Amino acid sequence: MFEYAPAPESRSVVDLKPSYGLFIDGAFVDPTDGGSFKSINPASEEVLAEIAEAGAQDVERAVRAARKAYDKVWGPMPGRDRAKYLFRIARLIQERSRELAVLESMDNGKPIRESRDVDLPLVAAHFFYYAGWADKLEHAGFGPNPRPIGVAAQVIPWNFPLLMLAWKIAPALAAGNTVVLKPAETTPLTALLFAEICQQADLPAGVVNIVTGAGDTGRSLVEHPGVDKVAFTGSTEVGRAIARSVAGTRKKLTLELGGKAANIVFDDAPIDQAVEGIVNGIFFNQGHVCCAGSRLLVQENVADRVLESLKRRMAQLRVGDPLDKNTDVGAINSAAQLERIRELSDAGSAEGAERWSPPCELPDRGFWFAPTIFTGVTQAHRIAREEIFGPVLSVLTFRTPAEAVEKANNTPYGLSAGIWTDKGSRILWMADRLRAGVVWANTFNKFDPTSPFGGYKESGYGREGGRHGLEGYLNV
Amino acid sequence: MSERVAVRKTYKLFIGGKFPRSESGRSYLVQSSNVSLASRKDARDAVVAARAAVKGWAGATAYNRGQILYRAAEMLEGRREQFVALGIPGDEVDAAVDRWVWYAGWADKLAQVYGGANPVAGPYFNISAPEPTGVVAVVAPERPALLGLVSVIAPAIVTGNTVVVAASASEPLAAVTLAEVLATSDLPGGVVNILTGAITETAPTLAAHMDVNAIDLTGVTDASLATELEVKAAENLKRVLRPAPTDHDWSTDPGVTRMTALLETKTVWHPKGV
Repeated sequence: MFEYAPAPESRSVVDLKPSYGLFIDGAFVDPTDGGSFKSINPASEEVLAEIAEAGAQDVERAVRAARKAYDKVWGPMPGRDRAKYLFRIARLIQERSRELAVLESMDNGKPIRESRDVDLPLVAAHFFYYAGWADKLEHAGFGPNPRPIGVAAQVIPWNFPLLMLAWKIAPALAAGNTVVLKPAETTPLTALLFAEICQQADLPAGVVNIVTGAGDTGRSLVEHPGVDKVAFTGSTEVGRAIARSVAGTRKKLTLELGGKAANIVFDDAPIDQAVEGIVNGIFFNQGHVCCAGSRLLVQENVADRVLESLKRRMAQLRVGDPLDKNTDVGAINSAAQLERIRELSDAGSAEGAERWSPPCELPDRGFWFAPTIFTGVTQAHRIAREEIFGPVLSVLTFRTPAEAVEKANNTPYGLSAGIWTDKGSRILWMADRLRAGVVWANTFNKFDPTSPFGGYKESGYGREGGRHGLEGYLNV
Repeated sequence: MSERVAVRKTYKLFIGGKFPRSESGRSYLVQSSNVSLASRKDARDAVVAARAAVKGWAGATAYNRGQILYRAAEMLEGRREQFVALGIPGDEVDAAVDRWVWYAGWADKLAQVYGGANPVAGPYFNISAPEPTGVVAVVAPERPALLGLVSVIAPAIVTGNTVVVAASASEPLAAVTLAEVLATSDLPGGVVNILTGAITETAPTLAAHMDVNAIDLTGVTDASLATELEVKAAENLKRVLRPAPTDHDWSTDPGVTRMTALLETKTVWHPKGV
């Protein structure tokens, strides 16, 4: 590989405090019945900060603050004023985008190139988009006088910490709800910086509350009787548990869960473009993407050519320091996730698939996994069925479009799919038959605030983004 | 001459376009008629029939679905007196026909109202359109026996879903007669399947069934049963419509939410370029 001199992004733009409290009712407070935990940099295992862990009483305080803000301030506020607060937040995010991007890469392990060029622009765009809806809800197609639901409990994952926060908070606030959000325990820092931005925007106290913690905190929050709406992004397993816990209540639920997307390459596809799409589909964000193209379905007669080209391209991927601007693949987010990826990859080898990674030097400290592909994979293999949430691609082949559809849909998930072909009618034929909420044709992993995102089947229900994204936060 | 002896009707289940008795051989007495008491096995058979019908029905053109549903309204109108004879008020039959026609017209309009082009910030074609979720299990309201039933079946199937309906346990005769309407309306077998009998027997099987995509609990009046069904439905993350309030007025404008709750939105991207 061509040698580049290191080009690290400066950390000096980030002013980390040694410890962070909970953000409740407009102020940072100490937990009353919780403890604390540490957030580390997964690329170096260095402790970044001490984070408060919210207990049940803290969750109670946060829900009460959100209720009060909903009743007294945010609910009665005219939409045009809610809009202005959201526009302010969007602008503040743009103004502080480098600081947020660097902090995101430090806490999450994703390459600065992605946090800077993908996450942060989308975060700001998401707030801009929903800001504009706040005073136009009666035109959104949900009846003449759509009403907010009340207090929203939102639990988000660690793969796109600030972007998932934006997907949750922007539509909720635009529709007139107040929120209590729990970021993931391994990536709480940008959410806490976002809390500072809420203060800077003079957002009324209690409209946004952020309670940090792990699974217990999340459970206290979604099961709290004072919550009217639950929104969760994360694993299908936890999504199921949440669906059970809200059964019999009036809580409205939206879930964005796991995936095992097929990325389907036909023999007439432009191979170089398709290979870029395959790489983006599975190695973007270290494969920590619910809609990752983790199953490559390649037409049998071009399989050798595609694989040869893919391996050549993979050998060019730079794995290492997330803050280096040349880095393509950063650190795995946590030791626990690394262990899951290793376990499932080992199962792939044990079940008889052939494993390949490019020669790749991994740093000594931190959590790393080299980009990996498995060939000779069958549909029965665990690596073809289970979500791996890491930089590991399973390669299967097909002969006919009908077989491609059959294999693509042979999963309990249904979040996304990719199609690569030069034939327009085939794209549309395939797109009709793929049971997935997002279909990328001749592209992959594209996101936009105007574009609804969400799954079929066990990938969850409800849509985030676009006009559709308002529905989960309105009483319709 | 002696008075003519009437030919009585046997009230059976409606599964896969056919009228079988319950495989269990059981029945229960309603308005002097023996009505099939559906078993868990009947519920599973109905799901198989509903699944088999998805491909053809969801794949039919929206225009075609609208035509078939309109045909069903014609048949329903023609059987008005039969429903009245079962004790359904004439006004309710009229409202049921009108409701059916109203939903039939949505077949080729909802995708435009509920989908659309998305103005993404880049050179991409991007469009969102609704699709049917698949097989929907429905617990129909106890009453009004006909208008309630029509109001839960029509919105589910007009968009391309297929249904397994647990009909009103106390007033099932209208449901079986509606099945006869549907059987003579060019509706493909399996699109609507109707089970008569005890909700407590069929609904838990449907709620737990891994090949059912959504469950409509509208007719469940027992709160603890509703919770139990919703918990079962979570196993494969079925879309859940919670029970309607018992005082729900079925004569009011239903809006589109009964349709949209049983839809998936699919978004398709493609780059623009030369």
